[in-house]
Amino acid sequence: MIGITSYGAYIPWHRMDRQLCLKAWGGFAIPGERSVAYYDEDSLTMAVESAINCLQDFDPEKVDGLFFATTTSPYKEKECAATMAIPLNLRRETRTADFNTSLRCATTAILMAYDSIKAGSLNNVLVTAADIRLASPSGMQEQGLGDGGAAFLLGNKNVIAEIIASHTISDDLAANWRADSDTFLRAWEDRMTQDEGYSKILPETVAALLEKAELTTKDLAKAVFDPPGDPRGHAKAVKDMGLEPGQVEDPYKLFMTVGLTGCAMAPMMLAHALEDAKPGDKILFAGYGNGCNAFIFQITDAITKLPERKGISKYLANKNPMEKYNDYLRWRKIIQLEAARRQEQQPIRVSAIWRERKQLMGLWGVKCNKCGTPQYDNGCGTTTPIRVCAKCIAQDDFEDYCFSALKAKVFSFTNDQLAPSIDPPSSVVLIEFEGGGRAFFDLTDRVADEIKIGMDIEMTFRKVFESRGISNYFWKARPAR
Amino acid sequence: MGSIKDRVAIVGMGCTKFGTLWDKGPTDLIVEAVNEACEDAGIGLDEIEAGWVGTMFGTGGRSVSEALRMQYIPFTRVENACASGIEALRGAAYAVAAGIYDICLAVGFDKLKDEGTSGLPGNENRTNTMYKSSMPGSFAMMANKYFERYGLSMKEGKEMLAKISVKSHDNGVLNPKAHLRKKITVEKVMNAPIIASPLGLFDCCGVSDGAAAAIVTTPEIAKKLKGDQVVYFKALQISTSPTTGRVLTDYDYTHVEESYRAGIAAYKEAGITNPREEISMAEVHDCFSITEAVTMEDLQFSKRGKVKEDIDNGTFRLDGKLPVQPDGGLKCFGHPIGASGIRMCYEMYLQLLGKAGERQIKNPALGLCHNQGYEPFAPTVSICIVGL
Repeated sequence: MIGITSYGAYIPWHRMDRQLCLKAWGGFAIPGERSVAYYDEDSLTMAVESAINCLQDFDPEKVDGLFFATTTSPYKEKECAATMAIPLNLRRETRTADFNTSLRCATTAILMAYDSIKAGSLNNVLVTAADIRLASPSGMQEQGLGDGGAAFLLGNKNVIAEIIASHTISDDLAANWRADSDTFLRAWEDRMTQDEGYSKILPETVAALLEKAELTTKDLAKAVFDPPGDPRGHAKAVKDMGLEPGQVEDPYKLFMTVGLTGCAMAPMMLAHALEDAKPGDKILFAGYGNGCNAFIFQITDAITKLPERKGISKYLANKNPMEKYNDYLRWRKIIQLEAARRQEQQPIRVSAIWRERKQLMGLWGVKCNKCGTPQYDNGCGTTTPIRVCAKCIAQDDFEDYCFSALKAKVFSFTNDQLAPSIDPPSSVVLIEFEGGGRAFFDLTDRVADEIKIGMDIEMTFRKVFESRGISNYFWKARPAR
Repeated sequence: MGSIKDRVAIVGMGCTKFGTLWDKGPTDLIVEAVNEACEDAGIGLDEIEAGWVGTMFGTGGRSVSEALRMQYIPFTRVENACASGIEALRGAAYAVAAGIYDICLAVGFDKLKDEGTSGLPGNENRTNTMYKSSMPGSFAMMANKYFERYGLSMKEGKEMLAKISVKSHDNGVLNPKAHLRKKITVEKVMNAPIIASPLGLFDCCGVSDGAAAAIVTTPEIAKKLKGDQVVYFKALQISTSPTTGRVLTDYDYTHVEESYRAGIAAYKEAGITNPREEISMAEVHDCFSITEAVTMEDLQFSKRGKVKEDIDNGTFRLDGKLPVQPDGGLKCFGHPIGASGIRMCYEMYLQLLGKAGERQIKNPALGLCHNQGYEPFAPTVSICIVGL
């Protein structure tokens, strides 16, 4: 039996009421709100958090494949999955790959994971998907898009959702696209792309899939597939496929709260549907984009034993309304803002971040074998790597000790108005980890006035700055939620 | 272990006016400070045998030898962040104490206002610093922790700190060489814009250009040059952090261990057993008001957690029992990094020789300078005690 063995998701904390777009630009506001990744988030960080949730009860050493699907890779050349493997504590031998450019690349990654397991090449493949697509300011697409991610672990043991059939159609229609040089999304006229694309290809793929699986729509407990750019096209497809509305994972649940999350949309809808799935359910799952990938999942008894996790529902409930549309422009660096009158960011040193990758991106410190003191040092230069115990001065007698999953408390803090920040003030905390060890971190996803000594903290993987085209990732503290 | 006590004398000192000296280059500052020091000592530049230079943004010993066209004698730049000034004094004094040279020069300078930044250039944009806190931010965290630990409300804490700045400004007004010479009120300090919470604008020292210099020599030569107008080193101690405060949970962030330890070492070297009673006056590293507050406790002038009582009682005011920052401190002088340690010593020197004018403290015997580099959890602290 091969299929999904665990799942996770991520939605940024910040949500923008679409009325803010109306206030900024005039025109018309789509009802509801959209998620906006914070200035320190990108597709890679959102995929990492989804993956951390997905792997919460799984030994990362057992993962042998990591696929990252996104249409918004921070790089044209450089793999993101190889970066993600470090905060996820995956082995070097893990087969890593990025899947890009199509909105159905996440479902393609799931297919490839399935095939790799079926072929016996891999046993546990983590498929992550996240997108942070940009539409030009002032348009409807800007309101309609959202940011988020999802992750699935595929394997052949403890399967909760078995893949019993799949079908693919490839199609070249450029419904929406971004050229190599484009920052913002482009799209062809909706009517044509829906008539000849989504509304045709999706039902065609599903019909072929059901035939292959010798099923009819009546056999389906749930149908989960992403809506097109104009989400109203989803209802037409439901009707054309002969599905009853009660059978369908309603795309408006996410569209009204998060927006269209690109290649992560179908995976996020599936992650949401899995929260309520019952053993025996057959779930149709499809992802559209330059064709369509469709699957039938059979839910197993194992789903009842899957421990609780931060799924879509918890992230949906956990949110902070944005006050200003301008913050969106600022966070996405859509406009150039006045620079702080401070020293400019020193350029990144690739050699140094490569050398310290485990300590920085993995948040690994050490625990002294002599005195047992856990210690983490995020550098500032001369104290890394740790060669001498800060407590008992023993040299080179440590075991590796990972801080990324530990809870912590604020020991002291400041809201710094002088240090440059994309969302001032710069909130900085000195935190103490459960079990020992302390370090300074930026505090992200916070309300500056609510920071207190003793506040509960959890760690989150974020982008700290960009330099020389390199996205520099590290961990930040976040109020525990 | 040896001691510097009474083995080296200061025979001349100089100090420029500190400020936003847009029309002055580093050379102007160095020449002005050194000329004043030489004139005070009654020597020519050609009598100097070696020099030590404390600067953060200048480079090499050459920064001073070049400015003064010193002729092929050794000049060494020393740098210990904000504590570089006393580091330069220590180099010069130790060279004389070692018997290698008879007359040495120590110079501290920085041309901070050419950096083009607001506030002290900080760590937050260094590529290997993974969190964004400026220098005020690092000290602000000490203030928040101090308030929490000793049960001060935000208002009580801020008021305690405000009184420190008000006192320094009261002194700075009397000093023609200070940068900021304006009286301020507790209310004004408490309502000032926040730089890094809870520290506001007037909790932070100024940002200035400036230079200071000292001529040091043997007691014998000093007596020949100046008779009894001579100040002696009583202690020169430095404590450099193992930088464990941000790693281990045992650092309380309400004191500076290096200040405490350098203080103990300096008192021992100077033969001081009761600092609060024996020290006549002090210039401490008040880069931020909270730094001065905890330094009073670290130097054992105040009991732990009780500095507020001394502040409220006016202990550290010019007319108090133990005047601190009689010249206005970093608060009013600003902090051209390398210059500050020697600028502190300049004030102690003037006071000891009865040359402090309106700020003159009655019959001082021992003056303490405290110079701190880097953040509270990982600094280098230099302490220099001078006396008659």
